[in-house]
Order: sequence, then C-alpha cells, then structure tokens
Amino acid sequence: MEEKMIKQISLFAENKPGRLANIAETFKESGINIRAFTIAEAGDFGIIRMVVDNPDSAHKVLHDAGFTVSETNVLGVEMEDMPGQLAMIADVLSEKDINIDYAYAFVTKTEKAFLIVRVNDIRGAVKALDGANIRLLDMSDVHDI
Amino acid sequence: MGVLGAEPWSEEMRKRIEDSTGIKAYDIFGTSELSGPLFTECQSQNGIHIWADQFLVEVINPDTGEPVANGERGELVITTLVKEALPLIRYRIGDITVLNWDECECGRTHPRIMRVLGRADDMLIVRGINVFPGQVESVLMNIPEVGEHFMIIVDRINELDIMKVQIEMTDAAFSDKVTDIMDLEKKVGAALKSVLNIAVKVELVEHGSLPRSMGKAKKVIDNRKI
Repeated sequence: MEEKMIKQISLFAENKPGRLANIAETFKESGINIRAFTIAEAGDFGIIRMVVDNPDSAHKVLHDAGFTVSETNVLGVEMEDMPGQLAMIADVLSEKDINIDYAYAFVTKTEKAFLIVRVNDIRGAVKALDGANIRLLDMSDVHDI
Repeated sequence: MGVLGAEPWSEEMRKRIEDSTGIKAYDIFGTSELSGPLFTECQSQNGIHIWADQFLVEVINPDTGEPVANGERGELVITTLVKEALPLIRYRIGDITVLNWDECECGRTHPRIMRVLGRADDMLIVRGINVFPGQVESVLMNIPEVGEHFMIIVDRINELDIMKVQIEMTDAAFSDKVTDIMDLEKKVGAALKSVLNIAVKVELVEHGSLPRSMGKAKKVIDNRKI
C-alpha cells in the first residue's frame, strides 16, 4: 500500500520577511526541484508543504541546513483537468467518512491535474479511491511530472 | 559525573542532562568575590551544602533587608568568617534562593541552599507578579516536545504588561498540521500560567533563531519604558 502514497516535505518557518527567500536559496543550492508547493500560515508561523522530486535527499539537505523539517505520507490523486473531478474525489472520501486534513492541487502539461491530500485515515483513503478506480501517484510518477 | 554551575539550572534540567548523557549531575555554587567555586551538593543531590564554619549565610527580603522565615525565598547574604585578605560582611550576592537548616540525608548538619532560582536583578515584575526566568525554564523542561532555548519578552501595550515566551521548535514537536502546533503553544501557555499566575503568549520560533551565549545566558528582553 505504501507505493500508493507519496512523501511530502514540510518545513516550519516564522512568518517574517526573508524566511522563504532563505529556504528557497537552500533548495536552489541543493538542486531540489519542487513539483507542488503551498504555505499554510497561522499567525506568527507558517508551514511550508511541498512535493519534490527527491524527498529523502531534500529532507537531509534541509535538516542539515538547520531547518525543522518532516516527511509525511500523503496521497497524490490523479484527476482529469475538467470540472467535477474534485467533487467526485471528495465524495468518495466522504462516503467512507474520511476527513481531509488539508489539500492542494496543481495541473500538469498532460491535461491531468493532481490533488495532494492529507487525510485522517490514509489506508482507508487508498482503499476507497482504488475501489472507485481513481489513480494514485507513486514516487516515480512524481519524479516524471 | 558532572559538576555544573555558573548559571541557575532547574531540577528538570538535571533530569534532562542525566537522562541524555548517563552522568550524575551535581550543582555547585560560587562567586568570584568569595573565591570562585565554593559549595556543592552531596551524593543526595538535594541542596548545596554551605560550610557554615567558614561562612555565615542568611536569606533576606531584598526590599527590607530583613531575614525571611526559614524555608522562604529571598536574597542570599554571606559573611566570611575566616577570610583574611578580603573579608566580606553581609555581602549581598544577588542570588535568590531558599535556605534549609534541616539535617541532610547524608548526615551533614550544615545548612543547604536549595536551588538558586535566579538573580535578584533577573526578577521581572509583570502585572505586579514576581517572575523568575528559572520558573519558566522549569516549566519548559517538563514538556518534552519543546527545547531548552527560550526568551522572555515583556512589553507594555496600552498600560498593560504583556509577557511573551519564545521557544525554539524542535524536530520532535514539529507537525505538518497547523492545529498541532497551535495546540502545543496553548499547552505550554497553560502550563506557564499555572505556575506564574499570569497569562503568557507562547510563540514557537525556528530552531537556531534565539541567541546562544557563552557563560551567563540572557533570557529576558524587557521593552517596557517605565
């Protein structure tokens, strides 16, 4: 089941000018390529979440540079780039009473869209989405995007 | 074993040092004026024995100069009894502590000073309540998710004292869910309030962002203009 999950890198950052610039510079220096990226802000701090081409090496580079960083298993759900797709996925999860902790989405060059989602029951979500014939990204897909 | 001094440290800090290194950590007390390291704990690790045949110790109320009751907190005052070159009489060290005259488990009857809680000049008065940085450290040491680096910042906004404690985020405490981090801030804030009796705003900051100091650490920024 693990192969149907992808690893997201999360970073703790103070909500201050220059913090993102500092982090982005570290990515640049270490050749980390970002596939999807979002910032959740909460007053004094923010959490930067992203899907990158090589999460294990990104984790190490960022950790060694002194950042507080974690790796979390999330789902990358493939969608057609058309209206109604998000609703369908949200329905599948809600039918099984699975809660979405957070989500963000991006579109690709290949007329596909991807929803990155963290849920409260990741195994249940994989089962439900599999059952509905919805394709989930694996790490090699992330690498190839 | 380790004999650790130069700065006040808490019982919780002892536990953290002993658990993480496997050594026994003993507190030591001294000041340059009296000849450097002077008094230390015995094997019971329960207070620093004063050599009462060499030094006369008192604990006084820093405001009135009067001795406090046995077991009460106050400022340490020392008189040297045998020093000849530079004798000191009722010398105010500036450290806040509690004196204990009970016989120690180890059998010694010399009085003990129980944990230096801070410096008299470190003491903050926030909304009329005395606050020592050592109390904040003690609370934080009991919360395993947070690190030992913190800074107390006091401001006066609309005639009201506002105390903020910044604590560095640790790998153990970090979660990619915003609510987890906010819950941790609330938990630390509630723990501080229960000990200090004042509301404290807790702010988690990036690892490595608070100043590191050699020797005596500065733990307070007081921005109030009084």
